[in-house]
Amino acid sequence: MSAPLLEVRDLKMHFPVKSGFFSRAKARNFAVDGVNLTINPGETLGLVGESGCGKSTLGRCISRLYEPTAGEILFKGANLAGMRHRQLLPYRQNIQMIFQDPMESLNARHTVGEILEEPFLIHGIGNAQTRRQAVSKLLDTVGLPGRSASRYPFEFSGGQRQRIGIARAIALKPELIICDEPVSALDVSIQSQILNLLMDLQKEFNLAYLFIAHDLAVVKHISDRVAIMYLGKIVEQASSDDMYHRPFHPYTQSLISAIPIPDPHHTATRILLKGDVPSPISPPSGCAFHTRCPKAQASCQHDAPILKTLAPEHIAACHFAAAP
Amino acid sequence: MTAPLLSVTGLVTEFQTDEGLVRAVDGVSFDLPPGGTLGIVGESGCGKSVTALSIMGLLPRPNGNIRSGEINYHGEDLAAADNARLQRIRGNEISMVFQEPMTALNPVHTIGRQLTEVVALHTDQTPAEQIRTAVAMLERVGIPAPELRMTEYPHQLSGGMRQRVVIAIALICEPRLLIADEPTTALDVTIQAQILDLISALQQDFGMAMIMITHDLGVIAETCEQVVVMYAGQVVEQGSVFDIFDRPQHPYTQGLLRSIPKLTDTPKQPLDIIPGMVPSLHDLPAGCRFANRCQHRTAECDHAGLTLETVTDDHSVRCLKWRQL
Repeated sequence: MSAPLLEVRDLKMHFPVKSGFFSRAKARNFAVDGVNLTINPGETLGLVGESGCGKSTLGRCISRLYEPTAGEILFKGANLAGMRHRQLLPYRQNIQMIFQDPMESLNARHTVGEILEEPFLIHGIGNAQTRRQAVSKLLDTVGLPGRSASRYPFEFSGGQRQRIGIARAIALKPELIICDEPVSALDVSIQSQILNLLMDLQKEFNLAYLFIAHDLAVVKHISDRVAIMYLGKIVEQASSDDMYHRPFHPYTQSLISAIPIPDPHHTATRILLKGDVPSPISPPSGCAFHTRCPKAQASCQHDAPILKTLAPEHIAACHFAAAP
Repeated sequence: MTAPLLSVTGLVTEFQTDEGLVRAVDGVSFDLPPGGTLGIVGESGCGKSVTALSIMGLLPRPNGNIRSGEINYHGEDLAAADNARLQRIRGNEISMVFQEPMTALNPVHTIGRQLTEVVALHTDQTPAEQIRTAVAMLERVGIPAPELRMTEYPHQLSGGMRQRVVIAIALICEPRLLIADEPTTALDVTIQAQILDLISALQQDFGMAMIMITHDLGVIAETCEQVVVMYAGQVVEQGSVFDIFDRPQHPYTQGLLRSIPKLTDTPKQPLDIIPGMVPSLHDLPAGCRFANRCQHRTAECDHAGLTLETVTDDHSVRCLKWRQL
């Protein structure tokens, strides 16, 4: 077994919650609250959860857009968690991000050529001529015509813009890309084009992905392993296939049962959850899921479960975990 | 055979834009029986939402206009109805639920006021009765502590709760037709499941017909009896939900069904794709609008005059080649 590319240990990101302009933080938002995960070179880890579960915050901590409150982010053994801007610079080449809305993440006043050249300029790579060559090669790699370089983002469709976002992310040959809902804003027929592109690039450049999404069918398709997040914590993690065939955690079971299946002969047996996700500012005591859990017992209100190995390479945090 | 509740015939809706006249809906026809459920599926810009807005008389004026066609609701042509008449119908006979509950609700009015407003407009209930009706409706859509919620504002509710309020407003006068335009797209999976269950339970209770507009084929398969597949402003295929999913005839429908990732897939396999993208509505081809992305294209496909051909009684397809495919 080779060394992992990324190892996250007990990562916490607590945002201060302020009320009023001058007042001090009154509470904390426990957005990410003690997450452990590893990603191997060339592997995709899918990260699934509902809005507000902390999955995007976790991604932004790993790419160090945020400075985490506590914990370690070991990238090839170096801890990024406490690093300052200058120390981080060499690692920024290696960890890139792709965002959900390519229109908002691309500068509308720059041509596509300028957008794609910028990473090389920031890191002082090459001269004007080699950079131009690199840009046209990037466009070719992501399936855009070479003449796109002189055009502006608004001239492209959503799917093409996401290709530009992907080209920018792979420009500096990173080893890890954090993909934050990269296909959820796209139409169905375009979504599959982008997923195929991501899988092709992974093979070609041995890229590792942290693939953040709420759509389990998409995540299953692209991931080797999947982690399920609920209120700042990972509640279950397994190989992609195992997660869908044998979910142990009641939350995972209800998530899978909630997906509408595109087959009119299928009769859904849904495990409907009561209510909404509680606020991460005051997460429930004990097991955070107990307020909505169909299997909750009195003890779940005060005993927080820990992640236990329930099958090979399959962990879940539930006192009453059982395969369906 | 009962008479349809809603019958749309040859609907053409156009928009005046800076770049000229755009035909967003081009000859859409379908029937909806009382209590039936029709799904309209398609990608952004295919005309599914504009079809809904045309039925509701909610096209943005003065740019959007119904050019031709009939929208026959219960013997009355809504395409020709004036605004005052449409206002009587909206909320009372036909209601609509939108994708984004935060923009559908008025942020500066209480939930209670937004509910009672509809009752006051369409019934002659006294204010006290209006409040009782509103509270009962909030309870019916599964909102805990409805009396308290009446006094709150939309921002105080979660996304799922807001969508429940929007549904309560839409259904408070017990309409005979509900148009749901991507009602769960902005919601999380577990909340989506709650809302879809709620909508179908209420549909049963009220015996209401529904048009479900969505891009999600899973939602279509779970909720609809009849399906209309739209592409670039036209209906390319329509039939029962079993026709569309088991025996799709149009290459676009077939491609869509193949390209969606399914839970039963083996991970990390390449997906089937539909290459290319939808043509611009400013620059539509004369022949088949899907031709540039279709693997079965031949020279004939570029000739004008493609019509919906009958496959079986209520299954039709807009493709020259469907017999050979």
